[in-house]
Amino acid sequence: MKKLRNLTLALTASAAVGLSSLAHSQADEPVFTPQQMTDWLHLVMASDRTVYTRMIVNRLANKEKVIKASEHFEDEKALVLPAQMFRFGAEMVGEQTDDFTYSLLSEWPINKQNAPRTEAEKEGLTFVAENKGENYYTTEELGGKTYFTAVYADTAVAPACVTCHNDHKDTPRSDFKIGDVMGGVVIRVPL
Amino acid sequence: MRVNNSTLWVTWLLLTCAIAAYLLYRMYGEETDKMVFLPGDTTSAHHQIEQVCTACHTGPFTDKDAMQEACEGCHLEQLKAAKDDHPKSKFTDPRNADRIAVLDARYCVACHVEHRPEITSAMAVTIPADTCFLCHEAIAEDRPSHEGMAFDTCTSAGCHNFHDNTALYEDFLVRHMDAEHILFGEQLLVSNLREIAEQLPDYPLDDNPLEPVTAGQQAFPDHIDVDGSIMQEWIASKHAEAGVGCQTCHAVSEEETVSWIDKPGKEVCAQCHQGEVQGFLSGRHGMRLNVAALGQELSPMSPSLARLPMKEHAVDSHLDCQSCHGAHSYDSRSAAVESCLNCHNDDHSLAYKDSPHHRLWQAEMSGDAAPGTGVSCASCHMPRTEKDYYWGTFVHNEVQHNQSLTLRPNEKMIRPVCMTCHGLGFAINALADPALIHNNFTGKPSVHIESIDLARRRVEPTGE
Repeated sequence: MKKLRNLTLALTASAAVGLSSLAHSQADEPVFTPQQMTDWLHLVMASDRTVYTRMIVNRLANKEKVIKASEHFEDEKALVLPAQMFRFGAEMVGEQTDDFTYSLLSEWPINKQNAPRTEAEKEGLTFVAENKGENYYTTEELGGKTYFTAVYADTAVAPACVTCHNDHKDTPRSDFKIGDVMGGVVIRVPL
Repeated sequence: MRVNNSTLWVTWLLLTCAIAAYLLYRMYGEETDKMVFLPGDTTSAHHQIEQVCTACHTGPFTDKDAMQEACEGCHLEQLKAAKDDHPKSKFTDPRNADRIAVLDARYCVACHVEHRPEITSAMAVTIPADTCFLCHEAIAEDRPSHEGMAFDTCTSAGCHNFHDNTALYEDFLVRHMDAEHILFGEQLLVSNLREIAEQLPDYPLDDNPLEPVTAGQQAFPDHIDVDGSIMQEWIASKHAEAGVGCQTCHAVSEEETVSWIDKPGKEVCAQCHQGEVQGFLSGRHGMRLNVAALGQELSPMSPSLARLPMKEHAVDSHLDCQSCHGAHSYDSRSAAVESCLNCHNDDHSLAYKDSPHHRLWQAEMSGDAAPGTGVSCASCHMPRTEKDYYWGTFVHNEVQHNQSLTLRPNEKMIRPVCMTCHGLGFAINALADPALIHNNFTGKPSVHIESIDLARRRVEPTGE
């Protein structure tokens, strides 16, 4: 039922943006829905981060043990954590455009400021944790603006994800396993 | 006597028009004309440039986005360098829309309103001291040690800053929690310009190879009569040692002609010392000359314009590179102490010569101690810091000439300065002790900040 509702919301939002885009564009120009946009953005984000996590952090820190990864990477001469790499990118995007924003959140955050705050975040994170392989789409109003909001599961792709989160002194959960949903990527597009 | 209504109306109308015309004239007149609109005293951060309204307001009736751009124009790089814990990008995320409805931290003026002395507290903050609570009300759930702490103690207790926590974050406290009070034998950075000049992108090494030059090699236009003492000062200077001769500074090439300038300005110094000049222009000593930020050049800063106590004999002097470094001697050692004390007359400055730091400085100056072991005024207020080039490919131990960078809040001094020779806990306590600052750190801190104790209890739950 929930999935159906999400689908309806997504379609409505897509149609709204699609129509408004159509009105401003030539008929022969392609029109993308916000869902397509967020799906593609997420594909790039998730792929880049998986590459960094597996081929750089996990390989050098866990397998070859030549360097560690640390939240305080400069002070400890260490690699940037995959979550930080993601956040730094999000901040850089935020400095350059308002066309979309994204963040990495979790129901079990190490930094409590990264816990879900809006209803869509709360529902979305629970949905993607309980429905593996599915995404969550909705619209929400924040600060008087309407957003198309998509939530994608963030899964433990390497041992480094699991050990770091399970062992961190601020973690609220320490039984993660590879393949578990550890949180979610939230992408917002203003409508 | 009865004055009829129409006379009163006409008088009122004329007066109103006259006042409006006067104000409009001031609004669109010279910069100093606009000072009539100053709504209250400017903070010590900006008072030197208050006559240039457009430095911050960019123009009459501009919006706060334009003003934010002006704030960022001068302060953004410093905030980034300080790993700002509350960058603007944190608040432009729509998920924080409810938070910015309470405190719009996308704008500096949300917390730092100028011209409101009646509500301005330390660090030019103009919001109530319990503001942290707006977003961090549940901190005790995350940090049980914070249970029961007063809502206004986050920053006032010496534990946190809004922007710069590079010396105060928990893991850093833990890493340095057992450090000794004094780390004997440590040394501050010393100049490495000679070693890295070749790699510096703008250093004019082709024109000025780093090889000593002699008086005999110098050439002057016929009308220049060089005073012998000037030559003596120069020949003993680092400049002569580093290949910087008379013409390097005094001769200016324009197309095919070379003209002689008697008093070279900071632009000439910047040919080799770009970073130092930029730091000078960003700080209290040189901000009045910062054309890029102000859109114009004011008269140089003078002790007569200062809010801090200054020596009476110095009130009419003006600040430029030469005022501290000497026109030909360029003695960075006297620039590091004597030049400061020539003007500054507050208790902290006056106490310096009786302080342990000064004894170390004397030992270094007399050659009894190694370079970098003495502590001058500049060691703390204009420290040499490692300036990264090309993401750390090489570093220049550059003297930071913006003295505000390590001063407010004074915890900013901990990492680049204090921790070279002192343990973190000692430094945090010392900088939180007003009496110790007053006597220029003669003695031990009488204040104890609990932050390291709290961090220790998290990692060593049973120990104290």
